[in-house]
Amino acid sequence: MAETLKPYALLAEFETPADVMQAARAVRIAGFRRWDVHTPFPIHGMDGAMGIKNSKVGYFSFVGGVTGLTIGMSMIWFMNKYDYPIIVGGKPLFSPLFAFPVSYELTILLASFGTLLGMCFLNRLPKLYNPIFKSERFARASDDRFFVVIEASDPKFSAVETRKLLENLGSKNIELVED
Amino acid sequence: MAAPTHTHHGTPTLNVAAAPKELEREPLVLNNRSLSWITSTIAGIVEGNTPKWWWAFFIPSALVMSMCFGMIAYLISAGIGVWGLNQPVGWAWDITNFVFWIGIGHAGTLISAVLFLLRQKWRTSINRAAEAMTLFAVACAGIFPMIHVGRIWFAWWLFPLPNANSIWPQFRSPLLWDVFAVSTYGTVSLLFWYTGLVPDLATMRDRAKTKIRKFAYGLFALGWTGSNRHWSNYEKAYLLLAGISTPLVLSVHSIVSFDFAVSVVPGWHTTIFPPYFVAGAIFSGFGMVLTLMIPLRTVCKLHDLVTIRHIDLMCKVTMATGSIVGYAYAMEFFIAWYGGNPYELYAFKNRAFGPYWWAYWSMVSCNVICPQLFWFKAFRQNVVIVFIISIFVNIGMWFERFVIIVTSLHRDYLPSSWGYFSPTPVDILTFVGSFGLFLTLFLLFMRFLPMIAISEVKGVTPQADPHHPLGGAKEGHH
Repeated sequence: MAETLKPYALLAEFETPADVMQAARAVRIAGFRRWDVHTPFPIHGMDGAMGIKNSKVGYFSFVGGVTGLTIGMSMIWFMNKYDYPIIVGGKPLFSPLFAFPVSYELTILLASFGTLLGMCFLNRLPKLYNPIFKSERFARASDDRFFVVIEASDPKFSAVETRKLLENLGSKNIELVED
Repeated sequence: MAAPTHTHHGTPTLNVAAAPKELEREPLVLNNRSLSWITSTIAGIVEGNTPKWWWAFFIPSALVMSMCFGMIAYLISAGIGVWGLNQPVGWAWDITNFVFWIGIGHAGTLISAVLFLLRQKWRTSINRAAEAMTLFAVACAGIFPMIHVGRIWFAWWLFPLPNANSIWPQFRSPLLWDVFAVSTYGTVSLLFWYTGLVPDLATMRDRAKTKIRKFAYGLFALGWTGSNRHWSNYEKAYLLLAGISTPLVLSVHSIVSFDFAVSVVPGWHTTIFPPYFVAGAIFSGFGMVLTLMIPLRTVCKLHDLVTIRHIDLMCKVTMATGSIVGYAYAMEFFIAWYGGNPYELYAFKNRAFGPYWWAYWSMVSCNVICPQLFWFKAFRQNVVIVFIISIFVNIGMWFERFVIIVTSLHRDYLPSSWGYFSPTPVDILTFVGSFGLFLTLFLLFMRFLPMIAISEVKGVTPQADPHHPLGGAKEGHH
């Protein structure tokens, strides 16, 4: 078992948001690609420091919303006008006006599902096994510590040089996680 | 706390003494608590031993909840005649309770979605509990329309499902719009609540001492690592859900009001109903949030997280929405007179001075007069008075729905068909029982899930700001 373990990533711990932000900027400038910052809460400005582009979740919400509106309108047209037409109070068999409240609710319902599922898809969640959970210190990433994680699969990764870079950035605790 | 003065910018040409002093904002977390204090305080409520007071509330609540289910079983087996409603009052406590509970739910979504879009950072201390309250209130609300149909085994006909008669629901009816509005509201509130919970469930997982806890929290945390690439998508999703929930919360109570406003019954057929119902819903919801949060912050010692400022701000929202409701009551009377419809005018005279005058004036005293005390800071910052007023708000808003429903129905166009509704013990015990259901669910929530959004509260502290000295910012790095 022990022989099959190979390095997965270097974890560098930082104590303040400002330190981890500065480190993130330096790691991006150094040209790494497979790396991340782990924080207990979203840090304002970190996307810019890491060079992350605007999230694409909105497309999933939009597709969900359009689907909901289409389903609502066509369902009501099919049920009340086409499949079982029945005159009530002399009103038209179909009108987008009376069909609106239900279609509107379905727009919102499916847009919400689109948003949540889209977020999970873009983040590749759920992912219940993750090698970084092997680090005991990493439990504090959801409490009060900030981590820069550089994966060993990054083309620029080198066990010695990368560790030196992270040390120079002020990390007091650097740990190699194996998988 | 280090006041963020600008003296360290070091511009010697400026007369520093003459510069206006920067007004310090009251902090959202008092006593300059550290990030790990926030984690362990909130998670500690769930991780510690079950306190005695919890059992003292839980056991009676669970018994009252059982009574609710017992009454429902009796209603289903005996038939709707065990309730006091009959011609001409065909809707009474059932729909009153439904609108009451669904209204209470609205504060949760307002706090989590509308205040988020308005960048009201104080929402972070109360949004989780308020959203949980929303879910449980919607669960209580959902019971009443379901059981009031009489033959409950046909309740599934409310949904557009194929059935043996090959007929479909009639989508021109506002009652059907309501089915979609309430079920969408319940579902989207659950999604929003769960999305907010994911990072905190990860915190609970990382702190778990036993295997079962680690597995249970870990499963629902989806493997969350706090990755910033994930936060980026997460924050966008949260913003979108808030944007989606805002029109939702406004639409749900508007559609509930259509149940009445689209009919031609005098007293119901008014265009003011949608905004008036929405304001009333937010009013009653904030009343309930105050009723729950004031005792909770004391027993769980959360004074540094749910501060007097939070209570003060909630009181202001309560007062504002209470005043809108009072304006709507007055406007209904004005239009009844100005509209020149004798039936409409009669319905309103009868409402205030007819046989149900006591319900009308209870409503006005609780909803319009009582919250006006919140103009005064001394009242807003006295938790005992705020708690008492919040109870009055809850009572008043129940009476509002009772007044709208029962007084409009009990006197028809023909005096020969007039009547007077009185509830039966089954009516009363079912309603009281629904509080048991609500409290049982809420107590279970606070025992097993973090009651305050841990990661969100951290995010609004100065320690979380990389440009603040407490967040590690060095001079010259601004």
